[in-house]
Amino acid sequence: MTQLDGRVPSGPIAEKWDRHRRQLRLVAPANRRKFRIIVVGSGLAGASAAATLGQLGYQVDCFCFQDSPRRAHSIAAQGGINAAKNYQNDGDNVWRLFYDTIKGGDFRSREANVYRLAQISTAIIDQCVALGVPFAREYGGMLANRSFGGVQVSRTFYARGQTGQQLLLACYSALARQIDAGNVRMYPRTEMLDLVIVDGKARGIITRNLVTGEIQRHAAHAVCLATGGYGNIYYLSTNAAGCNVTATYRAYKRGAYFANPCFTQIHPTCIPPHGEHQSKLTLMSESLRNDGRIWVPKRKGDRRPPQEIPESERDYFLERMYPAFGNLVPRDIASRAIKRICDQGYGVGPLGIGVYLDFSDAIKRLGRSTIEQRYGNLFEMYERITGEDPYEVPMRIYPASHYTMGGLWVDYNLMSNIPGLFVLGEANFSDHGANRLGASALMQGLADGFFIIPNTIAHYLAGEPMQPVSTDHDAFAEAENEVRLRIRRLLQVKGRRTPDSFHRELGRLMWDNCGMIRNREGLQRTLEKVAQLREEFWENVNVLGSNEQFNIMLEKAGRVADFLEFAELMCYDALHREESCGAHFREEYQTPDGEAVRNDEQFCYVAAWEYQGVGQKPTLHKEPLVFEEVKPTVRSYK
Amino acid sequence: MKLTLHIWRQPDRNSPGRLVTYQLDGVSPDMSFLEMLDLLNEQLASSGQDPVAFDHDCREGICGMCSLVINGVPHGPLQGTTTCQLHMRHFRDGDHIYIEPFRAKAFPVIKDLVVDRSAFDRIIEAGGYISTNVGSAPEANTIPVPKEEADTAFDAATCIGCGACVAACPNASAMLFVAAKVAHFAHLPHGQPERRRRVLRMVEEMDRQGFGNCSNYEECEAACPKEISVKFIAEMNREYLRALCSPAADQV
Repeated sequence: MTQLDGRVPSGPIAEKWDRHRRQLRLVAPANRRKFRIIVVGSGLAGASAAATLGQLGYQVDCFCFQDSPRRAHSIAAQGGINAAKNYQNDGDNVWRLFYDTIKGGDFRSREANVYRLAQISTAIIDQCVALGVPFAREYGGMLANRSFGGVQVSRTFYARGQTGQQLLLACYSALARQIDAGNVRMYPRTEMLDLVIVDGKARGIITRNLVTGEIQRHAAHAVCLATGGYGNIYYLSTNAAGCNVTATYRAYKRGAYFANPCFTQIHPTCIPPHGEHQSKLTLMSESLRNDGRIWVPKRKGDRRPPQEIPESERDYFLERMYPAFGNLVPRDIASRAIKRICDQGYGVGPLGIGVYLDFSDAIKRLGRSTIEQRYGNLFEMYERITGEDPYEVPMRIYPASHYTMGGLWVDYNLMSNIPGLFVLGEANFSDHGANRLGASALMQGLADGFFIIPNTIAHYLAGEPMQPVSTDHDAFAEAENEVRLRIRRLLQVKGRRTPDSFHRELGRLMWDNCGMIRNREGLQRTLEKVAQLREEFWENVNVLGSNEQFNIMLEKAGRVADFLEFAELMCYDALHREESCGAHFREEYQTPDGEAVRNDEQFCYVAAWEYQGVGQKPTLHKEPLVFEEVKPTVRSYK
Repeated sequence: MKLTLHIWRQPDRNSPGRLVTYQLDGVSPDMSFLEMLDLLNEQLASSGQDPVAFDHDCREGICGMCSLVINGVPHGPLQGTTTCQLHMRHFRDGDHIYIEPFRAKAFPVIKDLVVDRSAFDRIIEAGGYISTNVGSAPEANTIPVPKEEADTAFDAATCIGCGACVAACPNASAMLFVAAKVAHFAHLPHGQPERRRRVLRMVEEMDRQGFGNCSNYEECEAACPKEISVKFIAEMNREYLRALCSPAADQV
């Protein structure tokens, strides 16, 4: 084990980023075109980085697995984006946004990064408006704000329930402009399958063209991964079907450290699964908890329709357990309470996994039209999916995997421990600690891509004397060979089970044992079961067709194979972190009434794991978290 | 539910395709249309047959990746709904369902139900943006935007770029798609400096990509999962005419 250095600049927290920028090296405009930069992923972080680096004059190659960069999963974010503009004059400022984010993360994120994020937040809004994002506005023409998830100010900017879409389309249009200008080459329907390291530095990637199967080598001076999170490890999640861990996991296998992989966020208000063939879960905005009351029948297995269950036989368990915050407790706490009550047999719906989110009181109090104005589009979406009318019948909700706070370890410059490998957005670990606050994922993706990476990557490029590398280098040949071997192995198994069936089984295992609630015994058992499942995968998976074609089974099989290795890493991390913090809840570490017990003495650090081989326990490296500005406190919502 | 599916199978762009019939049992009314296809694929793969390729990603109606012409209608029978949000309760036991790719000269088939919609990207690259460099944006509230204008811009900007408008149009026209982007920026003060240049370049690129022209069938609006209005096409035509008449037109 070594101690990792996040290379946080010295000085008062409010001045760190400015001071740091004064010291960063620059690349002169005429020299920039001599550098080629690879950006993998075209979501908010990737597209904003590729567009900005292209604008500066670097030669950029950008890759995405979808058919167009406009499809990346950032597009599905509903709620909004935070910024410390204080347009509402309600006492907001950079420090408060910083504090809310670091507290929301249960004091497991790096102070200096979070402060920088809050500082940059205001410039993000300026940039997005200038790019044409049609944010909600007041009649006077100024930008509107709303409040969001447990904070006391209104600082969230939004575009109806489609904020992520509008922000992504703005980044996509900025990217299109750079493609048009010849500064960015776009590779859609292309998947990164390996990272190439030459002389200890990230110098390229190996990709597969998903249409033709062609394996390609790409060389560059630096590589940026903006490939999102790994929430699909659970099979069922609110992530898009294609979201996967492959790019970051392959980088990990090449030596990049993976930080806090067990920090995964489970969102409480999603539509419950309907049956075995469920392919994904749909999030219903958190705002519903403002007016909906959550309850289950007091009697186990009560199958009566909800309208026939009298008031006295209903258990409004969140209001009972958390009288101060009631139905508005934070995401992690609400999710756990819902899971527990369903595990005890009180769940509702055909599968018994779900609780009621009931608007009848609010409709009585405010009238149907007010509820319609507030939540009309969400009610419509719910009815479209379930066929039930939430004005008449209470909604059923259940938690689902939504976001992953863990990711590749990066320093203050967003560079991993491999020189030249930068990691942006959800793919890195840096800003959200053990739990992410609402409306901050979009903020982080854009901060990383628009404003941080252009400064820090120049510093790297200007400082490192680099030999030109061609794709004929042995390191490229070796990486390509490994990719080809792995594909051949997948095609040669010719077993009886589909990749999907393995994914479902793995997802269930991880959801039950490394999801909302974890314990030592369950994690140890899961480590064994994952190893067995992986063994069976390589003996019994069935992948039809060949590499040289559009092959959806082969794509899927490669991603599932990586999840089957990555699952162990998550379990090792969850097992070693003998405390409960944020989204990571270990049963052994709780108060008598079931609240999380954090252990700052022993676990106030980032756990960064180094790969040691398939099935081998990875090596732990620690980056101690030093709090100079805030004092870690106990989060209580009673 | 038990269904008879007639699905377009085509190995690649250059091979001929045909409709192949499959029987599918055990479909639950709560499944989404794509989950029904997942079920078929699971059964096909288990019996050693090549699964049906179709595009999909977010499965919540916003990424625009899913497509399919279902019983002759892009995204199927439900108004304002993408294929991924269409559920099987809208079909009946014993139904025959015809599933085909989006068809247009500018959208060549890649495999089965997957088509190449990169022509849309090329249209956006030809001016579907506001040229503001990162770092040069003024403070966001410096330029007020009337709420009505911002709302109209949003109504156009809600386009998910799925291509249903093209698939629905007898001329395979991309006018609704292009108009939505042109109108989005034309309604915002930030979009004004490039207003003329943008519409001229985007329309030119649309023609170059092989899309047809608009002859007011308005099928595009009916098929649009985001219910974008054809009034934006009229608006684009006005924008185009205005741009042509402007003194700077010949400099584009």
